[in-house]
Amino acid sequence: MKKKYGFMLSAVLAAGTLLSACGTNDANNESSGGGSSESGSKDFKVAMVTDTGGVDDKSFNQSAWEGLQQFGKDNGLEKDKDFKYVQSTAASDYQPNLSGLIREDYNLIFGIGFLMQQDIQTIATQKPDAQLALVDSVAVNEDGDPMENVASITFKEHQGSFLVGVIAGMQSESNKVGFIGGVDSELIKKFESGFKAGVKSVNPDAEIFTQYADDFNAAEKGQQIAATLYDKGADIIYHAAGGTGNGVFTEAKNRAKNGEKVWVIGVDRDQHEEGMPENVTLTSMVKRVDTAVIEVSKQTMDGNFPGGEVTEFGLEEDGVGIAESQENVSEEALQKVEEYKEQIQNGDLEVPSTDEEYEKFESSL
Amino acid sequence: MKLLKGKWASITVPLLSVALGLLVGGIIMLVSGYNPIVAYAALFNGIFSNTYVLGETVRQMTPLILSGLAVAFAFRTGLFNIGVEGQLLVGWLASVYVGLQFEGLSPIVHIPLAIIAAALAGAIWAFVPGFLKAKYQVHEVITTIMMNYVALHVVNAIIRTYLLAPGERTDQINASASLQSPFLESITDFSRLHYGFVVAIIGAIIMWFLLWKTTTGYELRSVGFNKYASEYAGINVQRNIVLSMVISGAFAGIAGAMEGLGTYGYMTVMADFTGVGFDGIAVALLGANGALGVVLASALFGGLKIGALNMQSVAQVPTQLVEIVIAMIIFFVASSYLIHWISNRVSKRGKI
Repeated sequence: MKKKYGFMLSAVLAAGTLLSACGTNDANNESSGGGSSESGSKDFKVAMVTDTGGVDDKSFNQSAWEGLQQFGKDNGLEKDKDFKYVQSTAASDYQPNLSGLIREDYNLIFGIGFLMQQDIQTIATQKPDAQLALVDSVAVNEDGDPMENVASITFKEHQGSFLVGVIAGMQSESNKVGFIGGVDSELIKKFESGFKAGVKSVNPDAEIFTQYADDFNAAEKGQQIAATLYDKGADIIYHAAGGTGNGVFTEAKNRAKNGEKVWVIGVDRDQHEEGMPENVTLTSMVKRVDTAVIEVSKQTMDGNFPGGEVTEFGLEEDGVGIAESQENVSEEALQKVEEYKEQIQNGDLEVPSTDEEYEKFESSL
Repeated sequence: MKLLKGKWASITVPLLSVALGLLVGGIIMLVSGYNPIVAYAALFNGIFSNTYVLGETVRQMTPLILSGLAVAFAFRTGLFNIGVEGQLLVGWLASVYVGLQFEGLSPIVHIPLAIIAAALAGAIWAFVPGFLKAKYQVHEVITTIMMNYVALHVVNAIIRTYLLAPGERTDQINASASLQSPFLESITDFSRLHYGFVVAIIGAIIMWFLLWKTTTGYELRSVGFNKYASEYAGINVQRNIVLSMVISGAFAGIAGAMEGLGTYGYMTVMADFTGVGFDGIAVALLGANGALGVVLASALFGGLKIGALNMQSVAQVPTQLVEIVIAMIIFFVASSYLIHWISNRVSKRGKI
């Protein structure tokens, strides 16, 4: 028995030495590759920290990363060096991740998602020289004013949600539509209120079911809730639930396979692909996190870091809107969308973004 | 072979498992196209290269020590407390609740009060499965797992209904209840290191003392060895089962207080479990259910978790790989026990 173990140990050691030899080679290659391209870079480094959804959440983390990649490509930056992302597996990772990037001397660091607000605020106080950006919320100091070294980026999601609400109101055959939210919060209320207002504007008799999953990453919960809402008679469901929304697509596709005619309205990105091949995505409310990330990165690279400012991306800035895939939307609905879009941009129509505002809006109809 | 047996086994087996876990992790990295040397260098730097990461490592260790103690303590009485996660959550909430009240209280009173509240909450949460086990022989694994879910949703509901502040969380606790320390932050370049590690070390000492230096501890351990023999010897088995769960739950609750009073200073509405309670099972296993072992194992796991962040950032290795390494370490610890057990059986049979 002793001999056998000795043999195994030496075999393992040998394998280890061999493998580690390959490893060293790789390292050499990499470092030499890095050296040559360094001369081409512009001395600007930008990074982002995802929230727990991860960079492939098919939602705003992914959108932000797409924006960052685009920015890197346009400016000849090198991936993983001049621009990169760091994922967080738990909420406690936000601070070390942000702080680590500051120590790596990144010029601009994005925190993606309102869950990171507290951590961004803490770090911004500790490191006044760091340039940070927060997506989806406003970083404030003790007096409640926006922090000088944080660029806050928010979106007028209620405006975009209003437009998809118009489409849902027009195209629902059962006159029943559903809304599934991720976590009941100020942010998601903007989606809900805008959507409901849109539906009611074109279809005052429509019934709207609203339900929250209390989770942004629970596809199975999304599927269950979608099943409930479809069973109640809704034929269109708008989800603002990140990864939870993927379950809504699963349920809609299952039903489409059985010949039911149901639709999903996607969120954050153009989710046309998510609905294929059964083609259940009616349209999507896109939130151009990528545009915002590119915009703020550009400004910062040019020396105009928008710290202390709250940049709101709405319809006017092309920050929100309906997706490019419009094959399932009727001509009529598209026309209505254009009409309302104009009204919102003119300021003739104020889209509600909270429960109270929605109630006022509904009673004024 | 000799080293895998006898009094050295509790040291050599975990060490060997750690080495093998890292080795297998390296092989997995190679197969998936990452450079293990660069990755492990980044991991190492991510734990030791500066005071910030050292502080964060200790910060990460603190609740792990306590949740590991909780699992280990129950295990000494032959109970699997899988409910540490839930007990941790109620403890966290209780500590934050007490931290939010009593403005102007002296820290000398306020901090212990909040910690005791957390311990009590965790103990009550663990009492239920303990009672059901002692009285009706309901298996504690099932009840504790179920209690985790109850805890998660009850805690969320309480925060939403009574304690909600903007940002899906509670307000910041009063400074008098906070374990955070500007001094510790300043010497570690603003890491979240807090005085909780002192509490965790005291916890480890209490566990060791309780189990090995008191009559109660002797009874608890003997119930763990053989409850029928213990009963025959006049030990009240039912009482000890409940007591063990309650003490275990108290440790778990204090682990929650470390997050509530130390790391965060508030509690958020939880979308999911923190994982600290489940990691406690691994910590206890690797630490061979001893107080010192648990502290050392927490240092390893805490280090791996913090180092993983740097590994991801510098070497682009996904943090999930570190979880695989941790899983491998546990796998090897568990299978070493198996080998141990088999070799014991074989040699015994040989003698007969």
